[in-house]
Amino acid sequence: MSEKRRERGTVIRNSEISNGIFDMWVRTEEIARLAVPGQFVTLYCEDESRLLPRPISVCDTDETNRALRVVYRIAGKGTKEFAGLSEGAPLTLAGPFGNGFPIRKGTSFLIGGGIGIPPMLALAKRLGGEKQMILGFRDKTFLADEFLQYGPVFVATEDGSAGTKGNVLDAIREHHLDAERIYACGPLPMLRAVKAYAAERGMECYVSLEERMACGIGACLGCVCKSKETDAHTNVQNKRICKEGPVFEAGEVEF
Amino acid sequence: MNLEVKIAGVTLKNPVMTASGTFGSGEEFSDFVDLNRLGAVVTKGVANVPWEGNPTPRVAEVCGGMLNAIGLQNPGIDVFVKRDIPFLKRFDTKIVVNVCGKSAADYCEVAERLSEEPVDLLEINISCPNVKEGGIAFGQSSRSVEQITREVKKYAAQPVIMKLSPNVTDIAEMARAAEAGGADAVSLINTLTGMKIDIHKRTFALANKTGGLSGPAIHPVAVRMVYEAARAVKVPVIGMGGVTDTQSAVEMMLAGASAVSVGTVNFHDFRATEKIVQGIEAYLKEQGISDVNEIVGAVRQHI
Repeated sequence: MSEKRRERGTVIRNSEISNGIFDMWVRTEEIARLAVPGQFVTLYCEDESRLLPRPISVCDTDETNRALRVVYRIAGKGTKEFAGLSEGAPLTLAGPFGNGFPIRKGTSFLIGGGIGIPPMLALAKRLGGEKQMILGFRDKTFLADEFLQYGPVFVATEDGSAGTKGNVLDAIREHHLDAERIYACGPLPMLRAVKAYAAERGMECYVSLEERMACGIGACLGCVCKSKETDAHTNVQNKRICKEGPVFEAGEVEF
Repeated sequence: MNLEVKIAGVTLKNPVMTASGTFGSGEEFSDFVDLNRLGAVVTKGVANVPWEGNPTPRVAEVCGGMLNAIGLQNPGIDVFVKRDIPFLKRFDTKIVVNVCGKSAADYCEVAERLSEEPVDLLEINISCPNVKEGGIAFGQSSRSVEQITREVKKYAAQPVIMKLSPNVTDIAEMARAAEAGGADAVSLINTLTGMKIDIHKRTFALANKTGGLSGPAIHPVAVRMVYEAARAVKVPVIGMGGVTDTQSAVEMMLAGASAVSVGTVNFHDFRATEKIVQGIEAYLKEQGISDVNEIVGAVRQHI
């Protein structure tokens, strides 16, 4: 079993990189060293009226400095609290949790939509082989430039302000892109479309799912998704996103 | 100093237990908590057959607590007996199995299956607000509480704790009904039925619409109900509902609880149970009390 920890970290820096989207580096004891792409950490609020930790995907790690990077969107009071943290602020976090992306050889699409983009950056850094990054945004882009060092980047925006007007699949079609496999993280409608696209072409496809969580460690059964087969742990047709996921082979889960 | 408490003839090394549904069967938490330090581990509810549970979202945070509508997802008694009990047997703690069912026969079947297992106590969940059949349906009239208790007692080899719902008009009446049916102890409170609405999407926060409210927000309600139940029955009362720290645990005991179950705070701090054990010990030392049993029901009228 992989090692998991709950630690008191320190914010190294925390800044807004797009409307309501924040980029934070946290100094950890061990979590940064242990984390792999596709895993997540849970961040705890200091305000005790907010009990539940917020699961946030790992965007990058810097093992030399024991630093972990998360890029998150303000979605409520908890993430708003995190957005207010400045350099030196203590931050309780736990992890790394979940399975992470399977690292495979060959050609890959890395598809990220909105706040599903940050974990793809961690994957782009780690994954070998030929990679093409397809990033979907509503309007304003973020992180896109950072992907360039790992391969070609194709952007789609809903309002057409950058790259292809439309979604990630529109960008793939416009540029006649091809690969053996897809790694994807983003909103459910995007993941459904990507799953169907992969199935039509017989491509391998891995999706990273999210769901409301309570414990983050597989005990509460809050964050399950439907699975095609009976799961070995739950003994019913659902899987714990925090434990068996968040990354699944698209065909093994229903979403 | 004595931290041991006795529940229906079973000695717990200390009065701190986990609350069902917040701790799985302890496996996931054992990466963070030393289960040997706990008075007992109370497992997530288990039924005679696997249950899929409710659609998601199943959880939502609210101020000072959370709502859940997991719907008693569980792997069924066969897997539970093969996997979860042997896991818990590796630790020096008592095992309390929470039992759920859709009918009296379901509860009895599980109780009977467990009769040969190395389990210390059964906790019968007649108070889950998140399932359509069973659960709370058995816990909201004193007649059915007494009836189901009596039925389960026929099949149970271990002492039986009846877990009561706060969603009733008179908790004392329910506690008395459980006692009349032969319960060896009662535990309370299960969650309070609640609802949360997302005003931007104009949708229910939970797929089940309603869910059980837990966490520190419900603690004063729980303390009041534990107090009322403890005065109404002779069997031990296990107090739960918003126990998050030493203060809230000791309050429960002063109100009449012989032991406490720690629930939702486990999501906030994996080691909350262990910290509360240490905290109770420190409290007793500070108060010059040598036996934890002395504080059970020891609350006095303000002079």
